[in-house]
Amino acid sequence: MSTMNLNGVSRPENQSKNRVTHLSFVRSIMLIARREFRDALSSKWFLLYTIAFTTLAIGVSFLSLAGSGEHGFAGFGKTAAGLLNLIMLVVPLMALTAGAGTIAGERERGTLLYLLAQPLSRTELLLGKYVGLAIALICSLCIGFGLSAGLLAWRAGGVGAGSFLMLVVFASVLALSMLSLGVLISVQSRRAGVATGISLFVWLGLVFLSDLGLMAGTVLFKLRVQEVFALAIINPLQAFKMNVIINLNASLDVLGPVGMYASQEFGESLPWLLTGVIVLWCLLPLAVAIMIFRKRGGI
Amino acid sequence: MIEARHITKKFKRVLAVDDLGFDLKIGGSLALWGSNGAGKTTLIRCLLGVFPCKGTVRINGIDVRRKGKQARAQIGYVPQELAFHDDAKLGSAMRFFANLRGVELAQAARSLHVVGLNGHESKRVRDLSGGMKQRLALAIALIADPPIIVLDEPTSNLDSSGRGEVVDTLLRLREQGKTLIFASHRPDEVITLADRVLVMEQGRLVQQTTPEALWPSRSSVRSVRLFIEQGDEHQAAEILREGGFAVNHGNSGLTVAIEQHRKAEPMNHLAARGITVRDFELLRDVHDDDEPEIRVRKEQISEVLR
Repeated sequence: MSTMNLNGVSRPENQSKNRVTHLSFVRSIMLIARREFRDALSSKWFLLYTIAFTTLAIGVSFLSLAGSGEHGFAGFGKTAAGLLNLIMLVVPLMALTAGAGTIAGERERGTLLYLLAQPLSRTELLLGKYVGLAIALICSLCIGFGLSAGLLAWRAGGVGAGSFLMLVVFASVLALSMLSLGVLISVQSRRAGVATGISLFVWLGLVFLSDLGLMAGTVLFKLRVQEVFALAIINPLQAFKMNVIINLNASLDVLGPVGMYASQEFGESLPWLLTGVIVLWCLLPLAVAIMIFRKRGGI
Repeated sequence: MIEARHITKKFKRVLAVDDLGFDLKIGGSLALWGSNGAGKTTLIRCLLGVFPCKGTVRINGIDVRRKGKQARAQIGYVPQELAFHDDAKLGSAMRFFANLRGVELAQAARSLHVVGLNGHESKRVRDLSGGMKQRLALAIALIADPPIIVLDEPTSNLDSSGRGEVVDTLLRLREQGKTLIFASHRPDEVITLADRVLVMEQGRLVQQTTPEALWPSRSSVRSVRLFIEQGDEHQAAEILREGGFAVNHGNSGLTVAIEQHRKAEPMNHLAARGITVRDFELLRDVHDDDEPEIRVRKEQISEVLR
C-alpha cells in the first residue's frame, strides 16, 4: 500500500470552534418523513390516486344508497361491504406504486447519493421515506372515506358507523403492508420505471393470479381445506377480505368450505390471526428492505 | 485528521480503487488528480462512507464504516453536479439541510451569503444556472460549518467565470482553516488550492507529491492528450513519468500537463525512445475557455516534432 503524510496548515483556534452535530435517530426519520410527505402531496400521481379513490368511494356510496332506496337506507354497513372490492383493487395499486418509486426514483435522479452523503444513516432514510409515504397514503384514503362517510351520514344517519371506521383502519393497515412491499421492490431496482413495472406485476399477482393459482392448486393437488385456508391467508388481500367480512358481522360461510373451516377452527381468535398476517406483511418486507438497503452499499 | 488505509473498491471485475491510503492533517488541502476513470470519484464516495469498501477511513478518529453518520457530520460534500429535487425552492432546500444538520436557520442564510446566493431563496432549483447550482451545493456543504469540505470536481461543469468564483470561495475557506479534499483534472485548480497531490491512474496511486513538484513553473500549464498504439500506452506512461512529466493514463490516451511553451516535449521524449504518437490534442487551456479545443491530425505531428 502506498501511504503518504500530508502536513496541512494547522489552525487550531478555528477548528476548536467547530462543534458539528447530528440529529437523533427519531428526529432524522421525522425530518425525512416530512419532506417525503410534502413531496407526495405535490406529486401528480398521488393527486390522481386520491381523486380516483374519492370519486369511486363516493360512487359506491351513492350506488349503495340508491340500491337500498326501496327498503330504506342500509347506511354505513352496506357501503362498507360495497367498498370492500374497490379497496382490494385500488389501495394495493396506490401503495405498491408509491413505495416502488421512492428509492428507485431518488436513485435514478441522482439525489440518493447526495442524501447518503449527509449525516444520515440508510435506515433513517428508508424509514423516513416509509413514514412520510404512509402518512400521505392514509391521508389520501381518509379523504376518500371521509367524503363518502359525510355523504352517508347526511343521507342515512350514523347506523353502522363502527364497521365503516374499522374498514378505514383495515384499509390503512393493508395500505401499509403494500407500501412495505413496494419499498422492498424499490431498494432492489435501479430505475423507477422498472420498479413500477414489477409493482404492477405483484399487484396483478396478489389481486388476480393468486386466486386463480389457489383454485388450480386445489384441483391439481387435491389440497385439504386447512391447506387451502393457510395458502389463502398468506395473501394479505385475502386476510383483509376475511377480516372485513367478520367485522361486518357477516358469516364467513359466504366464502365456502374454507370460510366455514376458518370460523369453526379459529372462532373468536380468527380476526386476530388475520390482523397478525397483515401486520407481518407490514413488518417483514420493510425489515428485509432495510437489510438489503444497508448491505447493498453503493447507490 | 483524515486517515485512509488500504482503500480498495471493486465493481464486479473492475478494480476502481486499488489499495490506496493517505493521511491528511486538519487544515491541509489535498487534490486527487487524474483523468476520467482514474478512481477519484469512487475514492471520495469511499471516504464519505457512501460506498462500502475494503480498508479503513477515519475522520477525526471516527471510523466511517462503523459510525458513518457521525463521520459525515464532520464533512461538507460538494458533488460534481448538484442533484436535489428540482421543484424545491432554494430557501426550502436550505431549510431542509439546516434541519438535517441540526443548525439554526440563520446559519443557512449566512451560508447563502458566503456564496453570494442571498436574495435567490424563492427560486426553484431547476431554474438555477450550473454555476448557481454549484454555489448552492457549496452553501449546503458549509451550512453547519464542518471542518472538512470534500469536493468532487466542483468546477467541471462551469464556465471560466463560474469556476473563478468557486475557486475564490474555496481559497477563502482554506484561509479560514478548513480541510479540503478535492478531485480535479485541472492543473490550475490543483496549483491554486492544494498543498499536496495524489496522482491517480486506473484506481492506483501512482505519485504522491506537491503541485510545485508536478508543475515547477506555475504559469501557463496546459494539458496535452497523446494517442498512442494501445499496447504501448502503459510503457509510454512509464517513460514519461521517468522523464519527469505529470501523466494520467486514462481510457482515452495519456494526458500530460505541460507548460505552454513546451508542448512538444513529451512527444519528442517518446519519439526518442521509439514510441510513436499516433495523434494528439490540446485540451482547453485553463485561462482561455472561449477558444475551441484544438486537435492536430496525424499528418501535422511530424511538423510539430520537427
